[in-house]
Amino acid sequence: MDYLKAFIVGGGICVIGQLLMDLTSYRVTPAHILVGFVTGGVALSALGLYQPLVDFAGAGATVPLPGFGHLLAQGAVRGVRENGLLGAFAGGVEAAATGIAAAIIFGYLVAAVFTPRGE
Amino acid sequence: MAPHKKTGQQTITFHNPPVFRGNASVAGPKEGQGPLGRTFDVVLSDTLYGEETWEKAERKMLAGACQLAIKKAGLTAADIDFMMAGDLLNQLISANFTARDLGIPFIGLYGACSTMFEGIALAAMLVEGGFADHVLAAASSHYDTAERQYRYPTEMGVQRPLTSQWTVTGAGAAVIGHQGTGPVITHVTIGKVIDLGIKDPNDMGSAMAPAAADTIIRHFRDTGRKPSDYDLIITGDLAAVGRALAEQLVKQAGYDISENYTDCGILIYDPAQDTHAGGSGCGCSAVVLNGYLVKEIMAGKFKRVLGIGTGALLSPVSNLQGESIPGIGHAVVIEAD
Amino acid sequence: MKASEHEMQKKIYSQMVARIKPKPPLVRNVTGAFFFGGAICTLGQALWNFYISVGLAKDDASAAAAATLIFVAAILTGLGVYDSIAKYAGAGTIVPITGFANSIVAPALEYRREGMVFGVGQRMFTIAGPVLAYGFVSAWIVGLMTYLFE
Repeated sequence: MDYLKAFIVGGGICVIGQLLMDLTSYRVTPAHILVGFVTGGVALSALGLYQPLVDFAGAGATVPLPGFGHLLAQGAVRGVRENGLLGAFAGGVEAAATGIAAAIIFGYLVAAVFTPRGE
Repeated sequence: MAPHKKTGQQTITFHNPPVFRGNASVAGPKEGQGPLGRTFDVVLSDTLYGEETWEKAERKMLAGACQLAIKKAGLTAADIDFMMAGDLLNQLISANFTARDLGIPFIGLYGACSTMFEGIALAAMLVEGGFADHVLAAASSHYDTAERQYRYPTEMGVQRPLTSQWTVTGAGAAVIGHQGTGPVITHVTIGKVIDLGIKDPNDMGSAMAPAAADTIIRHFRDTGRKPSDYDLIITGDLAAVGRALAEQLVKQAGYDISENYTDCGILIYDPAQDTHAGGSGCGCSAVVLNGYLVKEIMAGKFKRVLGIGTGALLSPVSNLQGESIPGIGHAVVIEAD
Repeated sequence: MKASEHEMQKKIYSQMVARIKPKPPLVRNVTGAFFFGGAICTLGQALWNFYISVGLAKDDASAAAAATLIFVAAILTGLGVYDSIAKYAGAGTIVPITGFANSIVAPALEYRREGMVFGVGQRMFTIAGPVLAYGFVSAWIVGLMTYLFE
């Protein structure tokens, strides 16, 4: 059951991204989708709307980029509660550190090992 | 005194038409698999062409096309008075570095994808004006070098819209002389930069169509000719969307070109090759002109062709700053000898 | 030509372009995005369950699942497969965390020929940079609000 929920919610979030790209101006590029979805995830999380989705759909909500924003926002909130104002700086980055570091490290290593194929 | 070789506002008529002495085309693997594949002199087996970078591969194609065109003309580099070439890369690195290796007096050109026709127009003027015996005109583009400069790295997972065009990997070169046998250049119509406000960098055909149409209409008005005076009217790289728009725009001015009009960007790929609207880039008109067109003219299939090199003067910088994409089109009339 | 006349011409032309321009194949694109996006999330769920089953805490297992997906996406980008899938998947391969990984690996890989510092090191943040900047700033604002109003 949790697989089905992950599939439908995760797929649904991607469909929103697809509609935003196809139905709006050409100015909405993939880069804008990435930035918009992370920021949107932060906002939804701050309003308390994203945690219920994570509870319901699991990876269907954490794997799409709003989940990344959710992680950042929840980290910042937790950081403030534990360490005061300093936590607003460190909390978000701490919570999302694994994903960010993994992307940079694997990105660097792949770039060092592989050559681009082009078309 | 009015310039006696000029006809109307933008057209030049050659009384001693310059001659295509030699033409050469080098095309990438995808282009080689396309419908015109057999008309190209050289088809690469892979896009790196034995080089370390795609930029070097593009230069090797351009140099190869230049050398082959000179050889086909029965000349050597020392016989060429001037070389006029350009490409799409910043600071014209393909053309500049090729000229460095060839050692021919060089004039760098930037006309975006119209560069091949711009070069031929200028070369013909130099030759007919008596300033040179032989001029080499050339242009190149490469899918992978253009894509990363203008859009995204090639491995980026983006979906290309249906209006987008595929930058042709290819280079073409032509040696133009004042005598000899071969197709001749009888007229040149130099285009204006036209901008009807298209801003979408994935829709270059729409950005260029008004410029192409303006040059075609101006050519007919200047020369008093009509579409039926040509066996073929062919634009450089408007592809499917731009072609339809150009045809309509020309029709609005009272000239129906639907009978004999096509576009290099449509001819070069098969729809099954998934390029969406069609081909683009300097290499598009360069390989189709120097490969397919010249051969068909020499074979007698076409007697008189109106070719219009089209260029989208797109800059990633100005585009991000909200500017629209201006276009340009230069027309050249080629007749069988 | 007068400025107003040119504006009029531009307007007429943009209507003409809108008529001729092909529309995106919406049904195909949405189906692709749903199927591939859903599949990536389902794989994420499977990885998450797996990491929990080997004893990781819930949050750690989620992070480990994300890191694994990022690793797979990085390798597929290196092999030149990711962009081929993306042709059909559209947002289905952009919106999941794997799209973020692809946006880092693709430029890093392609610009290696311009050196390891200015090529790889700098270019890998072409798209990831804006994502991180907006993510960090907006999360910091959320933290600040929490500090001020709680």
